[in-house]
Amino acid sequence: MANPPDERVDAPGGLTDRWVPSALEQERRAYRRSRTVRSAAIASISTILVVGALGWVLTHSSGWPRVQETFFDWDKAVASFPAVLSGLWLNIRVLLVCAVLITVLGLTIAVMRTLRGPVFFPLRLFGAAFTDLFRGLPLLLVLLLLGFGVPALGLDGLPQEAVFWGCAALVLSYSAYVAEVFRAGIESVHPSQRAAARSLGLTHTQSLRFVIVPQAVRRVLPPLLNDFVSLQKDSGLIAVLGVVDAIRAAQIETARDFNFTPYVVAGVLFVCLTVPMARFTDWVARRQGFQGSGLV
Amino acid sequence: MSLLSVRGLRKSFGSNVVLDGFDLEVSAGECVVLIGASGSGKSTLLRCVNLLETVDDGVIHLGSEDITDPRVDPDRVRSRMGMVFQAYNLFPHLSVLDNITLAPMRVHGRPRADATAAARAILERVGLADKASVRPDELSGGQQQRVAIARALVNSPELMLLDEVTSALDPELVGEVLDLLISLKAEGMTMVLATHEMAFAKQVADRVCFLHGGAIHEEGPPAALLGAPSRERTRAFLSRFVGL
Repeated sequence: MANPPDERVDAPGGLTDRWVPSALEQERRAYRRSRTVRSAAIASISTILVVGALGWVLTHSSGWPRVQETFFDWDKAVASFPAVLSGLWLNIRVLLVCAVLITVLGLTIAVMRTLRGPVFFPLRLFGAAFTDLFRGLPLLLVLLLLGFGVPALGLDGLPQEAVFWGCAALVLSYSAYVAEVFRAGIESVHPSQRAAARSLGLTHTQSLRFVIVPQAVRRVLPPLLNDFVSLQKDSGLIAVLGVVDAIRAAQIETARDFNFTPYVVAGVLFVCLTVPMARFTDWVARRQGFQGSGLV
Repeated sequence: MSLLSVRGLRKSFGSNVVLDGFDLEVSAGECVVLIGASGSGKSTLLRCVNLLETVDDGVIHLGSEDITDPRVDPDRVRSRMGMVFQAYNLFPHLSVLDNITLAPMRVHGRPRADATAAARAILERVGLADKASVRPDELSGGQQQRVAIARALVNSPELMLLDEVTSALDPELVGEVLDLLISLKAEGMTMVLATHEMAFAKQVADRVCFLHGGAIHEEGPPAALLGAPSRERTRAFLSRFVGL
């Protein structure tokens, strides 16, 4: 549809050719705006109605006072907060140490599994056996075996601390998963990259180190961070070894009077810890989406 | 004596025999252009020479060295040649400069300052001095291919292998790369290039080889082979190119 000249307006400053949307386009935009406002209004009203109704039903049900007393006791929450928080500090330290070790061990296992040539057969076999074993074993089982089993042997030179063996179990289990993530990344790098690296005279190891692995790590960053989000909460499993982390601290507080509010406090703290990490993962994944494709 | 000598080369993939008793001699400073239908073995030959494929039979000599001998170190042999690929195969996580300095530093053990100076000089030569710090995906296809050629050239190779280096480029960008190859030839670089671009064959080739049936079906100077091919299969192939 042609735009009649009299509908063009002169912009301030004397630019006569500035584009103004045609009447048709303005009408379309007004319609889209009205639909957006309508959708937002419907969504808001229905959300308020549903949440309000659920809240009313929940707080007016016969058992609510007992639920509130046992799970959402404010005074109990305030009283147990310092103990649970200091326990969480242990979880954070465990998380940081384990994350570093898992990255190193996982990448090592992944690289082992990509080595070629008969000389490396034992390493390949070890890598495959390691991932099969620790992906198959329940984490709780590994924790109990290492945390209670090894110190009970009373062998000289081996640490006795439960935290050490808890971390060892987390590192072994998670490295198996992380190794598979890295391996998928390494295999996703197009063979032409390897050909280009080798044609320049780089050795297999140099090709991996300077060309393949840097690209692989970039690609698997989102799933890798996802595994670390999972590690954040699984660090709480070391509580079964008697280590006083956030969960164990909450358990001790709960045992005094069978009020479960400290567990809720610990849960809220864990969620507060993982949400930023999860958002960061989303952000990284989105950024990869922009630049990750079509490069090779 | 030939710089590159291929004798009785055989290479198959499964039941598909791509090269079957292939012979080729390339003297120092010569530019040999390989033409032929897709699947005729142009790329396979270049990949065999670069030791990216293991040959089934036959011998390849680079200078006086038998490079098909399993006792030779393939990394050292490859570092004597420069290979350029159809899809550029630049390293997307490295800047243009780092793409070029990787091999001089890691393979040839040159110090960073030395490698950087050499890389900047070679970028100047391919007309991309201002692009040293950008990532490959910010460049046009022609620019990327010139970077790939620079990356191969910086190691002062004895032989350049170019595998359909312009197949992914539009005619204007083909011109950029062609100009670069013409100047390389003028400097006496030995080149073997596989192409579907007959302008390359006309303008840079000393000799054009038409590959068919796993061997060189017909060869000769560009004017003779492209202008008046003597064999039926060569004529049929070349008749498909407009404007020859």
